[in-house]
Amino acid sequence: MSVSVSANEVADAPQEARERTILGLTADAWLRILMPLAIGVIALGGWEWAVRANGVPSYILPGPIEVGQTLVRDWHTLSISLWITLQITFAALFVAALLGLALAVLFAQSRVIELSLFPYAVILQVTPVVAIAPLIIIWVDDIRIALLICAWIVAFFPILSNTTLGLNSADHNLQDLFRLYRASRWQVLMRLRLPTAMPYFLGGLRISGGLALIGAIVAEFVAGTGGRASGLAYRILESGYNLQIPRMFAALVLISLTGIAIFLAMTLVSHLALRHWHESAMKERR
Amino acid sequence: MLAGVKAGPPVVTLDGVVKRYANGTLAVQGVDMAIGQGDFVSLLGPSGCGKSTVLRMVAGLIAPTAGRIGMAAGGEATGDVGFVFQEPTLMPWSNTLKNVMLPLRLAGMNRGEAADRAAAALAEVGLKGFEKAYPRALSGGMKMRVSIARALVTKPRLLLMDEPFAALDEITRHRLNNDLLTLWQAERFTAIFVTHSVFESVYLSRRIVVMAARPGRVVEDIEVNAAYPRGEVFRTSAEYAAHCREVSDALHRAMGE
Ligand SMILES: Nc1ncnc2c1ncn2[C@@H]1O[C@H](COP(=O)(O)OP(=O)(O)O)[C@@H](O)[C@H]1O
Ligand SMILES: [Mg+2]
Repeated sequence: MSVSVSANEVADAPQEARERTILGLTADAWLRILMPLAIGVIALGGWEWAVRANGVPSYILPGPIEVGQTLVRDWHTLSISLWITLQITFAALFVAALLGLALAVLFAQSRVIELSLFPYAVILQVTPVVAIAPLIIIWVDDIRIALLICAWIVAFFPILSNTTLGLNSADHNLQDLFRLYRASRWQVLMRLRLPTAMPYFLGGLRISGGLALIGAIVAEFVAGTGGRASGLAYRILESGYNLQIPRMFAALVLISLTGIAIFLAMTLVSHLALRHWHESAMKERR
Repeated sequence: MLAGVKAGPPVVTLDGVVKRYANGTLAVQGVDMAIGQGDFVSLLGPSGCGKSTVLRMVAGLIAPTAGRIGMAAGGEATGDVGFVFQEPTLMPWSNTLKNVMLPLRLAGMNRGEAADRAAAALAEVGLKGFEKAYPRALSGGMKMRVSIARALVTKPRLLLMDEPFAALDEITRHRLNNDLLTLWQAERFTAIFVTHSVFESVYLSRRIVVMAARPGRVVEDIEVNAAYPRGEVFRTSAEYAAHCREVSDALHRAMGE
């Protein structure tokens, strides 16, 4: 014998909002893209005009067009540096994600471990990376490993603290349910605590992506290493010494674009992972 | 099933059960109760009288401070008790089918067989075709149906429900009341149903245990001798109204009025 669900009960279910789209995007999405773009164009135009109208020399302030030209002309050198900075950033982010998650799981298993180790994670976080970078660079022979460690120190904490919070946020009734069915610690971790922590972890990853880039750049500044295998920060230092200000701006633009790209990539990852169920990944409804 | 149907031998017995929480709150004191095989019993009482506490002790989620809770032989086995919370308590990251599969998967059943049984349980509660839906896409009533399917998927002998329909609108609640009775008659589990609604308790139960607060205790035990199946006709009958008055009076006495 079975029962059936009534039409009004089904009709009560939330419906996906259907909005009119223009070229595959909603009017709202277009607004979100076009408005910042318009502001950017106006600002760049104003900058170019100000530089030309006042005859500002390019070793003081180059206009955006000259910066763009430099970016294209020096692309070979800059792209090598960009690649190096990116490698350090992503290696640091990867290690931070892995270790952050692993430590958070460890903390979640034992309150004693959490209480004894968490303060050290905080100390690592509050110590300015600029201040410890010289030490790390002295201690670690391989400069790239040293840079990676610096970037990791900066990127690690948000993932650890967010994931720890997430692992401890499992719904109480669900915890009772798992207990009722005599779930093992492992089952509770895999089926309840980790899924609960997922949005928190991804939120941490989004913050850490940008921080890893900053950490890598700061460490490069401190290291100040020259030669072929040097990142974007060294290009900025070098341009400063040589008064190649347009090139300095070009490197700066690349760093900003990289930061934006990392943020967007992490946002996309987060959206893809959570789109089925989490509020943060849902379209706004009005 | 006919009027005057008698419950079988006790599946759950409470003997002088006391619960004092760690913060000193005396939640229930001296509760004695025996619940017969196949019975439908409501725990009725004002908020704070210890209904949830009793239910959670029967489920084994918390231990009594004093007294004894006995389960009939085999009653301790995993999957022998189903629990429905006031909130649907679904895993938002899993679809309906996976939510219902959970108790079976936790017990180590393989994926394929668990999926078949879960699909059957969903069909039983009227949700055939919603296997792939995520909880956020379901209405409150449908989520509660999923929650009931999950509780019944292990074919428990005892189903515990803690104000499961309190948050639903009246029409949906009436439908779920009817469907719950249909399932109860078909699957012959023993039901303990916590509610603070006189009408709901009379409509559903064969027996109503009225509780009072401060400290939580049992004050009356009332039988509702009306035939099953009960339907909308029963809901508007004089018999129903008389039972409601009787239970309502008992509740008022319990609350010291
Ligand atoms: N975990 C807890 N810790 C301390 N006191 C509690 C806890 N749970 C419930 N209580 C108290 O025990 C009493 C009975 O609560 P409860 O069983 O939830 O009642 P009901 O379900 O009938 O509303 C209340 O006074 C409540 O505040
Ligand atoms: Mg309660």
